[in-house]
Amino acid sequence: MAAAEGLWGTLTAPLIRQNPVTLQILGICSALAVTTSLDTALTMATALTVVIVCAAGVISLIRAHIPAAIRLIVQIIVVASMVIVVDQFLQAFFFELSQRLSVFVSLIATNCIVLGRTESFARANPPLRSMVDALGSGLGYGLVLVVIGATRELFGAGRLLGIQLLPLAEEGGWFTPLGLMLLAPSAFFLLGGLVWAMRSLWPEQVEDTEFSPHEIASQD
Amino acid sequence: MADLNPISVWRKFLSTPNESRVKTLCVAFIVSAACALMVTAATVVLRPIQAQNRAAEQEARLEALIAAVPGMAELVGAAGGAALSTVVVDLRRGTAAAEITPETLQAALSDPANWTEIAPGDDVAGIRSRPDFAQIYLLREGERVSLAILPIVGTGYNGRIQALLALNGDMQTLAGIAITEQSETPGLGARIEEPRWQQSFAGKQLFDAAGSARFTVARGQARTDHEVDGITGATRTSNAITQMVRFWVGPHGYGPLMAAIRRREF
Repeated sequence: MAAAEGLWGTLTAPLIRQNPVTLQILGICSALAVTTSLDTALTMATALTVVIVCAAGVISLIRAHIPAAIRLIVQIIVVASMVIVVDQFLQAFFFELSQRLSVFVSLIATNCIVLGRTESFARANPPLRSMVDALGSGLGYGLVLVVIGATRELFGAGRLLGIQLLPLAEEGGWFTPLGLMLLAPSAFFLLGGLVWAMRSLWPEQVEDTEFSPHEIASQD
Repeated sequence: MADLNPISVWRKFLSTPNESRVKTLCVAFIVSAACALMVTAATVVLRPIQAQNRAAEQEARLEALIAAVPGMAELVGAAGGAALSTVVVDLRRGTAAAEITPETLQAALSDPANWTEIAPGDDVAGIRSRPDFAQIYLLREGERVSLAILPIVGTGYNGRIQALLALNGDMQTLAGIAITEQSETPGLGARIEEPRWQQSFAGKQLFDAAGSARFTVARGQARTDHEVDGITGATRTSNAITQMVRFWVGPHGYGPLMAAIRRREF
């Protein structure tokens, strides 16, 4: 029973409390690039989750036999191979989506979340636990992607998953799309706003200030 | 005596300390081999499906282009779809390529000898070198060519732009354009994908009376029948389209071929 609760905790911790994107600010490059619409965000989140879970499982299986000297190379090669397989799979069965994700699926190999979880968790824990932890991290990343992707698509194009929800002014409705939402900077603003909102709701996520501003001596 | 039982050799290998040089090398080799096998298997198994996808996409773009050209859908439909013939042309001479078929085109283009460098002064489309062979589509009405669909390529603001350009049989009037590949800025340059803009190409004139290429993507509204409307906020993309159309209908592009079609040699 305790073990199951432990697993549940491992799975849910990275969703909000330890979210890899908003708390650790990892993997934001792809989070900014693929969130112009909800379907690309969902695909990217799924691809990353599959890669991270498989990689964590494999690394955890061979963890006792990875020489420390080449451990990072071994992890990267396992991750990179998984990424190529996922990318090829997308190109074969989700051709149109993979065209739109272009290079970002391949760049999962360099995503800090993946290497971070294999290096810090899978290398020291049994397969099941590592995979559950990886699944949690993947879902945490996916959650942020989905929130930002949905916001950008809804306000940038008035659609969600390609379905027109807000009638466009161009076609006789009332909604004028915010062009900015489709450009990269808006993802920064949204992500910044999300981090701010989460740290206001859960103040324990706020980091200690590393530098305090100088006290300016008052001159009276 | 050396122990040759594979299971015990494996056990012995696993029990070697991780830091030993032999084990480091062996682990590196085994991991690489396993990964290589996985990647190769995925690539080989999935390649036919991917090739099919690409072919289907090309087909769909071509169909969309034909549907966008006024009156063309009926023409192709009337001939049962067989009227559109695929021809590989030799761009140097402006004739049909004798030895190369659509099936062998890929192989021919992987040979650098079949590419021609474009001198920097002539390279208005920014492509540096151009293939000597291209696969084009012709629609015939009796003996005459009534429509030619030509693949063109150029360099936009963020990267390569590929398109299919449809010309009427007089080789002077544009019938339409379909952008097949682009990576321009979403919301700005990427609006070249919008059907409404692409439809504005129909009926535009390529050359002036003296025969020099005049087609332009205007800054702002189109004023003459050589111009199509510009895309607001995407001057570089608009210019790229102008340049690539002018390059490909010029002497280093399909110029010789278009001259041959005008002479009714096709």
